Amino acid sequence: MTHSDLSSTSLQTVPIHTEEDLLTARHAVRAAALAEGLGLVAQTKLVTAASELVRNCYVHGGGGVLRIERVLPPPRRGLRIVVADQGPGIEDPDAALADGYSTGPGLGHGLGGARRLVDEFELRSEPGRGTTVVITRWTA
Amino acid sequence: MTSPDIPIIRLGEVLVAGLSRELDDKTVMLFADELSRRIGDTRASTVVLDITKVEVIDSFAARMLMEIAAMARLLGARVVLAGMRYSVAITLAELGLALPGVETALSVEHALNRRAGP
Amino acid sequence: MPGDRQAAREAVMRAIAGNRGRIASTWVDTQLARATPAIGGEELGEEVQAIISCLLEGLGRDLPDDRVATGHAPLREAVADLSRRWARLGASPTAIATAVFSLKPAILGCMAPQAEEALLVGRLIDAAALVSFQTYVDSREEIIQRQNRQLLEISTPVVHLWHRVLAVPLIGTLDSARAQIVMESLLQAIQDHQAAVAIIDITGVPTVDTVVAQHLMQTVTATRLMGADCVLSGISPRIAQMVAQLGIDLSEITTRSSLADALTEAMRLVQEEGRTERTPAG
Ligand SMILES: Nc1ncnc2c1ncn2[C@@H]1O[C@H](COP(=O)(O)OP(=O)(O)O)[C@@H](O)[C@H]1O
Ligand SMILES: [Mg+2]
Repeated sequence: MTHSDLSSTSLQTVPIHTEEDLLTARHAVRAAALAEGLGLVAQTKLVTAASELVRNCYVHGGGGVLRIERVLPPPRRGLRIVVADQGPGIEDPDAALADGYSTGPGLGHGLGGARRLVDEFELRSEPGRGTTVVITRWTA
Repeated sequence: MTSPDIPIIRLGEVLVAGLSRELDDKTVMLFADELSRRIGDTRASTVVLDITKVEVIDSFAARMLMEIAAMARLLGARVVLAGMRYSVAITLAELGLALPGVETALSVEHALNRRAGP
Repeated sequence: MPGDRQAAREAVMRAIAGNRGRIASTWVDTQLARATPAIGGEELGEEVQAIISCLLEGLGRDLPDDRVATGHAPLREAVADLSRRWARLGASPTAIATAVFSLKPAILGCMAPQAEEALLVGRLIDAAALVSFQTYVDSREEIIQRQNRQLLEISTPVVHLWHRVLAVPLIGTLDSARAQIVMESLLQAIQDHQAAVAIIDITGVPTVDTVVAQHLMQTVTATRLMGADCVLSGISPRIAQMVAQLGIDLSEITTRSSLADALTEAMRLVQEEGRTERTPAG
């Protein structure tokens, strides 16, 4: 655990390599959301968004890691989830974010839906090098 | 794992299944198999899926639920999704997943009271 | 880190490690003499000892001097904890920062510091005092935000109108935050009361924009997912026109022009429930 980024503290890291890891990741996010004092609806939204991202990481990205961070002021307090893989990346991020777009059997609501469920959403992807999605929910 | 984690109870023509807190992939798949077998065996007209305890439904779980409903319809049974928590409902609505074609009820009791036809 | 800086750091660490008790009691005495917040000596001792331990840990990390207080999370939390507790007891931000600053003489008093070492202690404690100040500001901000949310909740009551029928009469301009809160409290009320129908009355709403219309649509979707029905009432011709111009399709939604009509419809739906099969919309 490093504290190189002064604006956030890493709380927990969960490797994503098996289906069980998806559950572990969800539990970890739920516990962190609870500990940060998020209400039931906010918790559910954050856990669901994280669930979409780790499933993408597992299914499309060939596995990776989920990291839970606490964002500290300035400017605001929040909970941040980073999901990263070194898979094939996303060719067309705008298309991938559109509802109903899927290159697999999925519903294609994962990425776009996750973006709507959180306060901040950042997608970084380079074809051939992997994908990182960072979502933030402000807690105050 | 031979015995399913999701118990299926038969009440006359109705099958009621209580889904657990966590819908993990394997459990849901096993459940879908078991349910289709039971619908075939019992010729049930209605399947009530009790999701009162389910705390998270992501797009994967939503897809499984829709597939289970479609499968049941093919076997001649209607599916009622009962007891969705308000936090889950808000989240699904925001995900843009309205679960079209899936019937819903406030609780298992409401689902059982609301029988087909006037 | 240059050699003399490293040496200064080690010297300060040794001094603190070897004099924990003395530093703590000096600090506690200073606070008791000032008698700022009503905290007993024992509690003060615990607070300062936590900070000293974390400070030592933080000094052992590879962090620049002025970043130990912010970058070493346990230290930052310990300082923030103290600040929050004192703030709750009514201490001013200056009083809290002064208390943190007084760690400086407490530490320096138990060593014969070289210039470099004195500077180091200064940088460390200054940064810690800043943390305490920021915490104070944030906790004030939190209180203000909480009060805002409570106000919002009060201004959007959910009314139990009839057996298994709920209504939210919306009055005034709806923004996204308020629409969100209305949606959540209505859906929670549906669950708590096992209501069959929810009426959203927008008679008192002067304008509707895309974001609010989307919230309304989502509320309708969520209501149906829960197994209840939603009726939208009080849509004036002007609002209807606005909604149409936004390109939003309300045709799937049950609408009534007045709250009374909506209630009649709701009672019909409640009666119907339990007798007929309801095919879902959408
Ligand atoms: N981590 C990832 N690595 C590679 N491609 C991804 C990743 N996440 C999403 N994608 C691409 O974006 C598309 C849309 O993702 P999503 O909205 O979650 O839909 P779904 O997962 O149902 O296909 C996916 O079909 C996939 O092509
Ligand atoms: Mg997906």
